[in-house]
Amino acid sequence: MNKSYQDQIHREGRLWMLGALLLFISLPLTVSIVTGVWPPFNYFIYGFGVTAMIFWPVTTIEVFTFSPMIGSASYLAFVTGNLSGMKVPAALNAQEALGVEKGSEEADVVSMIAVASSSITTTLIIIIGIFLLIPLTPLLEAESLKPAFDNILPALFGALGVVFISRRWQVAVIPLIFMFLFFAFMPNSRNYVGLMVTVGVAMSITCAYLLHKKGKI
Amino acid sequence: MFEYWWIYVLVSVIFLYILTQSIVALLKAMKQAKKLGITQSNINKTISSSAILSIAPSIAILISLVVLSQVFGPWIAGMRLGTLGAVTYELPAAINVIEGAFGADINGVITPEMGVTALWVMTLGCVPPLLLVPFLYKKISAGFDQIKQKNAEWKDILMDALFLGMISAFVGYVVAPITPDDGGASYISLLAILVLVVSAVFVTIFGLLANKKRFKWLKSYALPLSMVLSMALAIVFSSWGVR
Repeated sequence: MNKSYQDQIHREGRLWMLGALLLFISLPLTVSIVTGVWPPFNYFIYGFGVTAMIFWPVTTIEVFTFSPMIGSASYLAFVTGNLSGMKVPAALNAQEALGVEKGSEEADVVSMIAVASSSITTTLIIIIGIFLLIPLTPLLEAESLKPAFDNILPALFGALGVVFISRRWQVAVIPLIFMFLFFAFMPNSRNYVGLMVTVGVAMSITCAYLLHKKGKI
Repeated sequence: MFEYWWIYVLVSVIFLYILTQSIVALLKAMKQAKKLGITQSNINKTISSSAILSIAPSIAILISLVVLSQVFGPWIAGMRLGTLGAVTYELPAAINVIEGAFGADINGVITPEMGVTALWVMTLGCVPPLLLVPFLYKKISAGFDQIKQKNAEWKDILMDALFLGMISAFVGYVVAPITPDDGGASYISLLAILVLVVSAVFVTIFGLLANKKRFKWLKSYALPLSMVLSMALAIVFSSWGVR
């Protein structure tokens, strides 16, 4: 890879991320300092414990699963969030459409363009939403539109799935069967989708390794 | 309690920061893309298809904005939903505090203590990536470069396996039973399965069409178009009683 571009992205990406961290923390900190309202310790510990117990491991694992897929766009994607439902599919779609080699410098740059475009779009829509929340609320809560917004993930991953699964279906068979069984029969399985991404990645890498070793792929 | 002018200023600064980071990253990547021989036309297609792909999920975020605004006001709610986390994180985190810790109803009266505690928990509950990526990403990237040097074929397979792992989880997710808001019996959504299949059919048709010269432009837009069309059909299927 082009070292000077990559080095610059790493250096600046770190600064942008740490700056974002400080800004994000500055919001509750300023609210507490100015209003004098601080979280009651016991309530905070309970709420934080329950939340962090689930989301710290999930978000930590996301760093290891998503960053190889989107490359240096991680510096932006993890700041703007919404990775699995937006940033990663946008990057995968862009890499696929341009036919760039996965993990190459071209793929890295294309992913950055896709993630940045996606981030700008989302941020602008949310800003518009903030200003127009009252007039937009009846439309957003319209029963007639609910089926469409309830089914964003199937609509996204149906299309994305067929493109990638058809290419290396042998690697996908076992993880897919496992996921269908898990989500259909595990109680409250909808709550575990973040965690199951990691399980799926572990399974697909194992399958890919064994198939590659046997010369099947 | 979150309706102060200085909160609007602070949130505006955060949005401006996010937009600046995105625009700077976009411009640098575009410059580098040209150096690597990627044409301006392909860059434009990448930008427009990524933007189109993001519109529907962004509107879905606005639906959560309506809910979360009742606790934090639209500015803080919008900032939380548009950065770092996601709908799937922010709402459960707020519920853990307001309903779990305080035993109150998130749709009821929210005291300043509840709101501030929820805001702190939401902020600190998903910080690991902001600490890990700056220190670990370069090492992860170097690790993949090493794999590529050792065995380029295995690296390609490994990348595909990563994508397939994520995709298999979200494809499997469509059969996860849904519990209705009124507390009725859980059911597997036939509508979700139908939307998944229809979207897959659309992208296959668009992919075949894109092989023809006249429809080459479809290649970049096959995914966002399939997504939007299958979402639109979800409304039609639902009107036929499919759920």
